[in-house]
Amino acid sequence: MARRKRVSIRNHSAEANLFARRAFIALIGVFLMLLILFSNVYDLEVNSYEKYKTRSNSNRIKLLPVAPNRGLIYDRNGVLLAENKPIYSLEIIPEQTQELEKTVDELALLLDISPEQKAKFFKQLRSNRRFKPVELHARLSDQQVALFSVNQHKYPGATIEARLKRYYPFADLTTHSLGYVARINSRDAIKLEEAEKSENYAATRNIGKLGLERYYEDILHGTIGHQEVEVNNKGRIIRTLSSTAPIPGKDLTLTLDIELQMIAKRALSGKRGAIVAIDPRDGGVLAMYSNPSYDGNLFVHGISSKNYKKLLGSKDLPLINRTVQGYPPASTIKPFIALTGLEHEVVTPESRIWDPGHYQIEGVEKKYRDWKRWGHGWVNLTTAIEQSCNVYFYDLAYKLGITKISDMMAKFGFGEYTGIDIHEEADGILPSVEWKRARYNQNWYAGETVSVGIGQSFWTVTPLQLAQATSILVNKGEIKPPHLLKSTSQSKAGFATNQEVVQVPYQVGDLPPITLKHDRNWLHVLDAMHNTVQKLGATAHTAFKGTTYDAAGKTGSAQVASLGADEEYEAEKIQENKRDNAMFIAFAPYEKPEIVVAVAIENVAKGGGATNAAPVARQIMDQYFGNRFIKSEDIALHPHHNKHHTQSTSQGGQ
Amino acid sequence: MPSIGHDQAKRQTLWQQIHIDLPLLFGLLVLMTLGLFIVYSAGGQDIDLVKRQVTRLGISLVVMFAIAQINPLIYRKWAVPLFIIGALMLVGVLLFGHVGKGAQRWLDLGFMKFQPSEIMKLIVPIMIAWYISQYDLPAKLRHIILAFILVLIPTLLIARQPDLGTSLLIASSGLFVIFLAGASWKLIGTCVGLASAFTPIMWMFLMKDYQKQRVLTFLNPEQDPLGSGYHIIQSKIAIGSGGIWGKGWLQGTQSQLEFLPERHTDFIFAVFSEEFGLIGVLALLLVYLAIVMRGLWIAIKAQHAFTKLLAGSITLTFFVYVFVNIGMVSGLLPVVGVPLPLISYGGTSMVTLMAGFGMLMAISTRRRFIA
Repeated sequence: MARRKRVSIRNHSAEANLFARRAFIALIGVFLMLLILFSNVYDLEVNSYEKYKTRSNSNRIKLLPVAPNRGLIYDRNGVLLAENKPIYSLEIIPEQTQELEKTVDELALLLDISPEQKAKFFKQLRSNRRFKPVELHARLSDQQVALFSVNQHKYPGATIEARLKRYYPFADLTTHSLGYVARINSRDAIKLEEAEKSENYAATRNIGKLGLERYYEDILHGTIGHQEVEVNNKGRIIRTLSSTAPIPGKDLTLTLDIELQMIAKRALSGKRGAIVAIDPRDGGVLAMYSNPSYDGNLFVHGISSKNYKKLLGSKDLPLINRTVQGYPPASTIKPFIALTGLEHEVVTPESRIWDPGHYQIEGVEKKYRDWKRWGHGWVNLTTAIEQSCNVYFYDLAYKLGITKISDMMAKFGFGEYTGIDIHEEADGILPSVEWKRARYNQNWYAGETVSVGIGQSFWTVTPLQLAQATSILVNKGEIKPPHLLKSTSQSKAGFATNQEVVQVPYQVGDLPPITLKHDRNWLHVLDAMHNTVQKLGATAHTAFKGTTYDAAGKTGSAQVASLGADEEYEAEKIQENKRDNAMFIAFAPYEKPEIVVAVAIENVAKGGGATNAAPVARQIMDQYFGNRFIKSEDIALHPHHNKHHTQSTSQGGQ
Repeated sequence: MPSIGHDQAKRQTLWQQIHIDLPLLFGLLVLMTLGLFIVYSAGGQDIDLVKRQVTRLGISLVVMFAIAQINPLIYRKWAVPLFIIGALMLVGVLLFGHVGKGAQRWLDLGFMKFQPSEIMKLIVPIMIAWYISQYDLPAKLRHIILAFILVLIPTLLIARQPDLGTSLLIASSGLFVIFLAGASWKLIGTCVGLASAFTPIMWMFLMKDYQKQRVLTFLNPEQDPLGSGYHIIQSKIAIGSGGIWGKGWLQGTQSQLEFLPERHTDFIFAVFSEEFGLIGVLALLLVYLAIVMRGLWIAIKAQHAFTKLLAGSITLTFFVYVFVNIGMVSGLLPVVGVPLPLISYGGTSMVTLMAGFGMLMAISTRRRFIA
């Protein structure tokens, strides 16, 4: 017993020592492991602090893009041509609505919402976060908005969202010049990506697709704003941390005059054609209208395929902007050929030729006919322009040769883009030896030069080019490139304010003027054009009888289909689309021109430029010089009712 | 002077009479209080959650108090029957167990559901301590081998459920007894060597795909940042973004905005680090260290080999909780389901842990009666 106890006691103290040692080692182990834990946390919280702070912030902070308001577009008198109109959509936040199905059914009944819209709503609902709104109706009418507002308290979670939508109050009147905006598609997105503009468009739905909206997209769009919000792990917004307001796009003021546009539309009604009016003093485009036109508003929220097919399929091709499409210039080119003749001293103002009714190149059988079957008799430069004598210009062109003609015509901008501020422009065709070789790989025949003298043989010029060339002519060689933009201005928050709006004028590029050997040659040609309008019996005299202003001009009738040598042209007998085109160029006042007009009308039933196109130009000029059919005050006050207004005044005017 | 000494002795006995170890209780209460604040923050400031946690803590404290009243030497007598019953229940769980969260852990006794593996956390160290303490220390190799086998039985049964976290804790509770009983360093070295040699074999033949995936995720969480790597990445972001001073109580964006998953349970340490920073972490680790030191002190002062081994094992196992939890939350260890003791919300392990501390207190306050 005693022995055992002794052993046990000895054992006990040795064991206690052993255990204490082991416990101490364990404590050191614990200490080391705590050190490992701590140094790891130290590494995370001190060494990698910045990295994890950034990641924590990128978890919770999201940047919500805020779209800038698109700049507005005004005409030269401040009439609003493109605005941003609020549209209203009905949205429901699922988690704030107790009985979703019942609410939707009741709203459908109240607001006449179709089963398709309901189906779309429920389909969208399935893939939607409960706190994010789902759209039930995309575009509420004013009546629907009012109806809902009165009953809103019955439907918690249902709200009306307002968005800005581009709206063109003058609809088809401005589409070919203004163009339109439409939804950004994948091609636009790629282009934006390439131009590194995607970020700026993060919140933008629409982009300029045509016309000025496209050309000045960068100016009109503005700069995106941001809202910095804190979100939770499901993306729900907890609070707004900060925000940067978007900078609205700049407003554009155009050189366009909406009243002239209206007159242009009325003058071309029922016809296919185009009118361009330019102020020759600065190149500002006063009117640019192509008929028939179409309503650009259709495209803003996506045109229905039915409507689009209708536009595409129309025989009148309303989608084509005829102001920048090529037409044979016909006799409107004669003043320019005459100037070339004077410049190269092939003719003088006094030199004359005998017109027997046709022209023949020596030793060649083919007869080039004059429009007057029995001929004009003796004609000089002035009378040839006044009477639009073909034989004089056949002869002159033949004597000049194609190269001298095409060189001079190129100086007037034919065959070249005018550089107007829309992208839809065509450059037309200026026939030349080089052009024919490049195009057909054929030599130029001298016989072709003869028809070039009267603006046929491959020639196509756009009404805009014609107006521009006429403008150069009346400026005696000085070139003012045509443009639609008058000035830009930054408005505050998308609303035009009267104060502190700085108008930045359009910058015109300097082009070297055309210089002639003798300045008086300009006058010979301009004088002949003056006579064309003012002299009794001249081609455009009837159309401009009794004007209060002093106009000058030149008519033209372009053959669309070529006739056989002895074939007689009779408009009534041939197909509509093979009838002649009527052309006209004009400017006024003669002494100090303020307006140049070019008119092209396709396939006229009877007559030519003198009877079809000249009266159209006169209506534009009458309007411009104050014999007004439409009063600007009425337009400024009621821009939305322009259609109605135009109709009533036009009736009154007739 | 003697009167003062007498008074001191009397005052000590006052707490000793109700078997409470004051320093240990203080440490536990500090953790519990801290835990309530963090649970409030991590649980989306839900006061009901905090109330339920208070109830659970109260129950745990009662259990601790009750266990503290039992003379630990009684466990020695009951070690074998307890172990056998426990092992049978584990077999029962595998055969008839209730499946919850993809693992069989619960035994339905009709009136209550019951998790035998939790009880085993206490029975295993009792059993091994009893077995080893029968013989002289340091323990002999054959005793150690048998003790190993005794540890292995419940460990494997629990690993089968599968519950890797608990089986790890139970294995370590047994191994700590063997270590404290003076297993030779040679043997320890050999075992570590064998274990490392065994690892590739385990990887190739024994580990299931999901377990391998866990290890792979642990090694490179960024490989699947929105899937398997999400937990650990968000947790590291929470900790790292706390910085030295933390974002402040209730200000942790990772937790308040719910980017951090399981924030009031297993990943509560990340919430704590985010809101209280490195300074808070240091303080927390020091509290844990203090509790471990007090536990080891109680073990050293215990007067019987059995109670020494038991107290030491309970204390070190408590530390394993801390190490594994913080290690996994901060990306040092693969994710296994181990809560941060006395801080994490809920968990049956809370009651078991406090029962263990009850035993520690029983041992601490009965030093002089054990001889």
